[in-house]
Amino acid sequence: MLLGRVIGTVVPCVVYAGLEGVPMLMVQPLDKKGAPRGGPLVAADSTRMAGPGELVYYEGGREAALALDPWFVPVDHTIIGIVDNWGQV
Amino acid sequence: MILGRVIGTITSTINHPFYDAKKMLVVERIDAAGAPLADYLIAIDTVDAGTGDRVLVLDEGNGARQVVASKDAPVRSVIVGIVDAVTAS
Repeated sequence: MLLGRVIGTVVPCVVYAGLEGVPMLMVQPLDKKGAPRGGPLVAADSTRMAGPGELVYYEGGREAALALDPWFVPVDHTIIGIVDNWGQV
Repeated sequence: MILGRVIGTITSTINHPFYDAKKMLVVERIDAAGAPLADYLIAIDTVDAGTGDRVLVLDEGNGARQVVASKDAPVRSVIVGIVDAVTAS
């Protein structure tokens, strides 16, 4: 999983079966210092509670879809949790 | 598997139910000599690792789900070892 900052929302009008009602958020990936790294991506939100401005961690790859219900859906990034505290050395 | 060093911790209240009470650590990748690389990841800890430890991280979904004894957990990265020594020529 990686850290990301939610920077916006995406509202699709037509989605693949199984993705109806799943929140989609724009996420800016962060590096290990918390600075933006690379371009933003769209992630499904398994918490259904994340919103713009929040620090989140997200899973990529096939495991991203496993966080959703139904899980057999075409998703490659899913927000798993909202970060309360991030302890760094 | 990936060689890494624990550089921080992540806590969250709102997360996917699987991650309730799971200990998550931020791990930066390191080379054989121990020098940090740019990559990092957030992994579940199964071996009581702590900040500063050199660790072995499994970054593959099927094996990770085997480690956490779940068929459908949205997990890909798991810390599966604490490293004492690395010898590379």
